[in-house]
Parts: sequence; structure tokens; C-alpha cells
Amino acid sequence: MTGGYGRGGPDILHDCTISVNKGEIAVIVGPNGAGKSTGMKAVFGMLNLREGSVRIAGEDITHLTPQDRVAKGMAFVPQTSNIFTSMTVEENLEMGAFLRRDDIRGTMEQVYGLFPILKDKRRQAAGELSGGQRQQVAVGRALMTQPKVLMLDEPTAGVSPIVMDELFDRIIEVARTGISILMVEQNARQALEIADKGYVLVQGRNAYTDTGEALLADPEVRRSFLGG
Amino acid sequence: MDLLNAIVAFLNFVFVPGVAYGSQLALGALGVTLIYGILRFSNFAHGDTMAFGAMATILMTWWLQSLGVSLGPLPTALLALPVGIAATALLVLATDRMVYRFYREQKAAPVILVIVSMGVMFMMNGLVRFIIGVDDQRFADGTRFIISARDFKEMTGLREGLTIKSTAALTVVVAIIVVIALFWFLNKTRTGKSMRAFSDNEDLALLSGISPERVVAITWIIVAALATIAGTLYGLDKSFKPFTYFQLLLPIFAAAIVGGLGNPVGAIAGGFVVAFSEVTITYAWKKVAGYVLPAWEPDGLVQLLSTDYKFAVSFAILIVVLLFRPTGLFKGKAV
Repeated sequence: MTGGYGRGGPDILHDCTISVNKGEIAVIVGPNGAGKSTGMKAVFGMLNLREGSVRIAGEDITHLTPQDRVAKGMAFVPQTSNIFTSMTVEENLEMGAFLRRDDIRGTMEQVYGLFPILKDKRRQAAGELSGGQRQQVAVGRALMTQPKVLMLDEPTAGVSPIVMDELFDRIIEVARTGISILMVEQNARQALEIADKGYVLVQGRNAYTDTGEALLADPEVRRSFLGG
Repeated sequence: MDLLNAIVAFLNFVFVPGVAYGSQLALGALGVTLIYGILRFSNFAHGDTMAFGAMATILMTWWLQSLGVSLGPLPTALLALPVGIAATALLVLATDRMVYRFYREQKAAPVILVIVSMGVMFMMNGLVRFIIGVDDQRFADGTRFIISARDFKEMTGLREGLTIKSTAALTVVVAIIVVIALFWFLNKTRTGKSMRAFSDNEDLALLSGISPERVVAITWIIVAALATIAGTLYGLDKSFKPFTYFQLLLPIFAAAIVGGLGNPVGAIAGGFVVAFSEVTITYAWKKVAGYVLPAWEPDGLVQLLSTDYKFAVSFAILIVVLLFRPTGLFKGKAV
């Protein structure tokens, strides 16, 4: 993929490739301004691609709007304002399933199974929850569409280390149900530990691509990006 | 006995008119607040949308009256309301299609949309005056009073009479029904929830697959219904004159802002706050004071402000709220 924001804006991504297989976790890491979030937005159709394509399960969706990509099985959890703060937890989940016309109760039970705390707080306004719980609502909302690919933009930004570990555990659980996960992370080391595949981006280019384990073991990557 | 008389005088001149006027303002403010919440601008054309809705209803009412149709004790205008609502919905949807959508696609700043809505206001203003004229129009029929002052005096033997106009009672009943229906819609239906979601977080609503154009269209239809009902009730209770609807804009905005823009509960509360402030401040308390404190014989009317200045009340409330609590009594969006 090559592209940038707006019609005449400069390219931020240069020939960047990101992919994830079914049920796997792919993590995008890299220094600030490397185009991590931009890469994710490109996949979701939020910026103009000049070259390259986006495919889901072999189908070309390069020219679809983000909303149409949701219908094709993509779900995106933005880094900030990723919940409806004035609505209850349950309403947040219902809105996540807005495009679905079938019975959503089964999926809602699955989300409550994954995040039991949400079931207790389902009648409470999502804006009143703690940071970690809000992230759970955000992920839960995205899961309500029963996506093929779940994309998370820094899901652990601003939550405590304990909550972060818990969130990562939940993300692994989600992946085990057969959903592909693509996420951008600041906490590179922890994220690579759970990653099947890791992408290190530098200035919008793929610098290193390998399994999470291999990247963690690569002395070059360790020295440049993981702090030794 | 004197105290009873004082209470009856208070009910008659302050409470009953205040409740009716408050309901009308609340319905108007609900429309303003919905537009603000969903389309994110202050719709200055709302007063004239109310005028258009009332006008359409009046024309239909006249036609029904000429056919000899009537609802007995209730005003024929109730029967004409659905037609008025439909006509107004068509007008605002056409306006949205021709005017507002262009600016929405440009992602114009809210202040630009405010000015645009002023242009729309002048257009609607002209349209209404062109069709029905600038004069007062009467279209109320049916029973005039539920309780008239004379009956009340005969019934109770008090010196003060209590008048309840049937239009005032009708206003309150209709307003309650409309508000319940609106809240049920916003809180219980899928479409209503999607409107709240869109108002709460537009980007996330898009990510959830909520169609903005659909939400906007439904909002306009609801706003058309609210504006037509509010305009017709106001016209029934007082009289229909296009200019008064233009003037209503100020108390309506004051109500919406006092309650907290974008917050429907706030709009209702704000409507009553503004209405009661206006009525209590412009009411001549001499009579009530005379009953409560017979020894005190004031020279004047004990009126804080002459009714000519009633708009100053809304203005003052507006300024106080904007200075000290810009998000309104209930948590709305800061202006």
C-alpha cells in the first residue's frame, strides 16, 4: 500500500504490506510517526491509497467505504472516543450490531462471557466506567458485528499494567474463536509476545516482518525498537 | 379565605398560563435541541418552521371546517395536524436536500450552518407571509373553556375566578403525549438509539454502520412534527401571526440552552423555567399581594417588568446561563 491523507497530501505509507491470517494475531510496532496507525487506517479505508490494494478473504475491497467494510467483516476499535459515553453498556453493544438484522443475543452473551464485568454493568452509562472497562466495551462493541478481522488501535493506551495483561489475555481468547486480529501497540514487547506475526514499520515502510518470537529474538530489532 | 383567593388568583394568572406556555416552549426547544444534537448547529429557522407547520395546519383546518367536519368539543385543528406535519416534513426535507446537505458534505463549521439557517429562516418567513399573510388568523373552534371564571366563582363562592381554557389543557395533554412518545422512541427503538449514538459520537456511529443520511432525515421528520405541533398549539392557545413565531425563537433558544443544548430532558425543563420566569416577572402581583398582606397597599401594580419587556427575561436568563453554566442545567454540550 502507498498513500496518505487527503487528495493532495504527501504519502505516509510507502509500499507497506500488512496481512493477517484467520485466527492469528498480527501486531504493528515501530517508533513514533512510523505510520502504524496510518497503516491500520489504510486497511480500514480511511485514507486514499495511491497504489496497492486491500483484500479480505481474497475479495478486493480497496474501493469500499469504511462502513461497507464493516459489512464485509471488518471491525475497528479507534484509540480514542471508541465508546458511546452517554449510552449504557448494553446499548453500546446493540449499536455495534446495528447492521445485523438477526438475533444478537447470542453474540451479546459471548461478549459478556469474555468480559464478565460488562454484564454486571450493562445498565450503566459507558462513560462512567474505568479506563480498562471502557476498552472492554469498545472491543465488545466491535465484536458485535461478528467480524472476520478485528482491528485495534493501541487498545492498552492509558490503562494500568495489570489491566493491560488482562486485555492481552482477552485478545488471545478472541483470536482463538477464529477472528483475525490486527493491532497497533506502543507496548511493543508485550504485544510481540502474543503476536503470531509482527510488523516493524519505520517511516511508512516495512522494516522487519517476522513472527513475534523471531522479532523479539532479533538483536537488531531489540536494539533499535525494544530498548535492548 | 383570603389566602384561598390569593392561591386561586395565582393559579389563574400565573400557574395555568405558565404551564401552557411552558409546554409550548418545551416542544419548540425539543426541536432545537434535537437538531443541535444530531446536525450540530443552532437552527434559527425553527421559529419559522413552527409558523409554516401551523400555517399548513390552519389551511387544512379551514378546508375541513368548510366541509362541515368537526371534532365536537375538540378543535378541528387536531384533525388537520397530520397533514400539517406531513407538509412541514416535506419542506424541511427539501430544505435539507437543497441547502444543508451541501454544507454537510463540505464539513462546514457550525457557525456557517447557523448563518445558513438564518437564510433559511428568512426564506420560510417570506413563504409563510406570502401564503397566509401577515395578519392574525383565527382557527380555533370547539369548546372554549373547561372551567370559566363565572362557573368557578359560583361553584366555590370565592371572589376570584379560575379560568382554564380548553386550549391550555389540550396543550398540556398533547405535550405530555408527544414527550412520552419521543422518549420512548429515543430510548427503546433501534432507530432512536442510533440517533442517540450518532449524537454521542458521530465517527463511532459511522464505524458501527449507522447511516448518517438516514439519521438526519429521521431527525428532520421528528423536528417537523414537533415544530408543527408546538406551532399549532401556540396558535390555538393565543393566535396565529407569523411575526410572533419569529419572536418565539428567543425564548425557545433560551429554554434549550438553559436545559443544556442537545439534552431532551433539559429542553423540557428549560421550557418551563423560561415560561415561569417570564410569567412571574411580568405579572402584576397587586391582586395576590392584596389578599396575602391586606395591610400593605402598594401604589403600583407590583409588576417587576411590563409585559412589553417579556423578551428581556429570556435574554437575561440566557446570559446568566451562558456566563455561569454554559452547559445548561442538565449536562448538554457547551455552546
